[in-house]
Amino acid sequence: MKKTLNTIALTFALCIAAAGVASAEQVKVGFAAEPYPPFTSPDASGNWEGWEVEFQKAVCAEAKLDCVITPVAWDGIIPALTSKKIDMIIGSMSITEERLKTIDFSDKYYNTPTGVIGPKGEAFEATPEGIKGKTIGVQVSTVHQDYANKYFGENGATVKEYQTQDEANNDLAAGRIDAVQADAIALDAFLKSDQGKECCEMKGNVKDDPAILGAGVGIGIRKGEDDLKAKLNAAIKAIRENGSYETFSKKYFDFDIYGG
Amino acid sequence: MTEPATPDATTHAMAFTPEDLPTSDSFFKPHRIVLLLLAAALVFSIAWFMRWDWLPRYLPRLGQGILVTLAMLVSTSILGFLIAVPLGLVQVTGPWPLKALAKSFCTVIRGTPLLLQLWLLYYGLGSLFPQFPAIRQSFLWPYLRESWPYGVAALTISFAAYEGEVMRGAFAGVPAGELEAGRAYGMSRWTVFRRIWLPRAIHRALPTLNGETVLQLKATPLVATITVIDVYAVISKVRQDTFITYEPLLLLALIYMCLTAILVLAFRTLENRIPTRGA
Amino acid sequence: MADPASFINWGLLALSPPGWGGVLLSGFVASIKIAVGGYAFGLALGIGGACGKLYGGPILRDLMECYTTIVRAVPELVLILLLYYAGTDALNHVLGLFGIGTVDIGGLAAGIFVIGIVQGAYSTEVLRGAIKAVPAGQIEAARAYGMSPFKVTTRITLPAMLPYAIPGLSNLWLIATKDTALLAVVGFSELTLMTRQAAGATKSYLLFFCAAGVLYLALTLVSDVFIRLIERRARRGFVEQS
Repeated sequence: MKKTLNTIALTFALCIAAAGVASAEQVKVGFAAEPYPPFTSPDASGNWEGWEVEFQKAVCAEAKLDCVITPVAWDGIIPALTSKKIDMIIGSMSITEERLKTIDFSDKYYNTPTGVIGPKGEAFEATPEGIKGKTIGVQVSTVHQDYANKYFGENGATVKEYQTQDEANNDLAAGRIDAVQADAIALDAFLKSDQGKECCEMKGNVKDDPAILGAGVGIGIRKGEDDLKAKLNAAIKAIRENGSYETFSKKYFDFDIYGG
Repeated sequence: MTEPATPDATTHAMAFTPEDLPTSDSFFKPHRIVLLLLAAALVFSIAWFMRWDWLPRYLPRLGQGILVTLAMLVSTSILGFLIAVPLGLVQVTGPWPLKALAKSFCTVIRGTPLLLQLWLLYYGLGSLFPQFPAIRQSFLWPYLRESWPYGVAALTISFAAYEGEVMRGAFAGVPAGELEAGRAYGMSRWTVFRRIWLPRAIHRALPTLNGETVLQLKATPLVATITVIDVYAVISKVRQDTFITYEPLLLLALIYMCLTAILVLAFRTLENRIPTRGA
Repeated sequence: MADPASFINWGLLALSPPGWGGVLLSGFVASIKIAVGGYAFGLALGIGGACGKLYGGPILRDLMECYTTIVRAVPELVLILLLYYAGTDALNHVLGLFGIGTVDIGGLAAGIFVIGIVQGAYSTEVLRGAIKAVPAGQIEAARAYGMSPFKVTTRITLPAMLPYAIPGLSNLWLIATKDTALLAVVGFSELTLMTRQAAGATKSYLLFFCAAGVLYLALTLVSDVFIRLIERRARRGFVEQS
């Protein structure tokens, strides 16, 4: 009995020690554990692929960081960062005033307009009047949630909030909701997929509101980590200048995703 | 009895039940007063030092969320119980095909996680429906578009399977002599069932039923993952809007503890009203 | 599109890419690892908890009561969220106080920790009930023979309580395997989340959720066989009561 307890205690101590040693130099890069093409999506061998995965590799190589990708739940990604479960977020997170109260961001690394899609054959515009009386799906804790609640929710539309973008798209295809608001680039990828091709089409981009929609997507880091921030900013600048950003972007997009 | 697992013991280990309720005089022991003071200090520091400024803004939504949770609990428990009675009964007396069917239903549902069943119904079945125009045009479509019917269905099925197992034991446990006595009085099979077998079985199942209902309450937050806005979903929204993690979750735990306590008290009142032969 | 055959594409379940079978299986292995670890951790907590509740002083007993009451009254999903974010944070604070420094509790360890704490409360109750079911006369007889308390525990209480504890403990094992699915909500790569990712990426929701269901069910059924064997062994020499 006593021996067993000793063994258990020893095992635990070893586990903790091993975990401590392994994490000494690594930087854990968090992103949402969900299919979010073309930025991050799982492939059939259990690896993650997509534009953002390649961007992360390029930045980490440039900044000489030993990065490990760590999928976490999107709705808990900021708490995961602040409680040190991850060290940075490369997960299509827009830089907004609201988030800057809690965490810090690097410079932007891409920018996307915000679009609304809906079923084919139903004409409406991506304006508060167009969405009135409809149910619009958004992903939780995104800029789109805030935007849709302010512009559509308060003007007679129902805003339905999903844990992942994929679920919102799926419910649109299943006819459970009438529209989905999200990053136009991600929506475009959905519209090109088999499911999206069949059911839905782009209804247009929404009117910009920089206070809510933010100024581009940046790498989320904890406040006060200025060394890391400087390293990341330098790395983003370097890969923009040495052409590697363009090289891997070409595989996914036929335009410059960095924006103006 | 060679039955391997007694569900009652495990249910009691997992769910808070009336026998765990403290009595009023149990608080007045010296060490308990000290512990209570310490707990009060802890609660005070949580209330004072943590952030609660978000609370007033979300109170109305929290109230609605609690109502949704309770509606889910009550509707699925009642529906589930109504399905559990025949499920238990055919396992005791039914012809073998029905018996096998009921048994495999209970095994499959009890052998897989509720979260998986819920997602199977909502994302799996739900994405099939719209491909059939007949369903899309039927009067059911406005309901099938919503998410709560899937939550109700999954929770009902799960409750029926667990409680069906309990009812099977309860039906089997009613002494044969009582049923024979009923027959000897010339009651028909249906009358025996209605007057003796069912009431006695429910009476036997009541303590476990109470535990199972608490477990059902503990299962309701899963429906938040399919966009039903229950109290768990409201708290998730607070967490996402404010980036505060611990305070909303602590409040949520407190809300569920209160709901459990109310449920358990209600069951105790119910149990006390049912006459039992005094020993 | 309404042709039923088009809904089922068995190739998606192939073990090597482009099939997703390998991903599902790796998730299944992760689920089993957490279930085994969490169950063992919970059992260790449960033994401590049951002894504390039965033989501990009044304060220890009350603290144990609080632990089991909270776990039994709050949904597992809420506990898992709380423990996952706050629990590991608190542990790091405590370790920091002792000057050990922070540890990285991510992935497997966090999953085991979270499931273990929940299971610990359940097994405390199961074991306490089982120990109380041992006839007092047997323990008194052992004492009368002059056995030390330790010997009474190892020779009488533990062996005699096992037949009472095993049904409950085996139920808890089955619950542990299913509770791992809840870790999907915090983004943990176990079977349910892997299934959802595979389903989301391929849009074959029904197929993948059914496949995962079969895996969980198989685990339950295989466990059942072992549980029966263990039970038969534990109940040998036990008077069958009806």
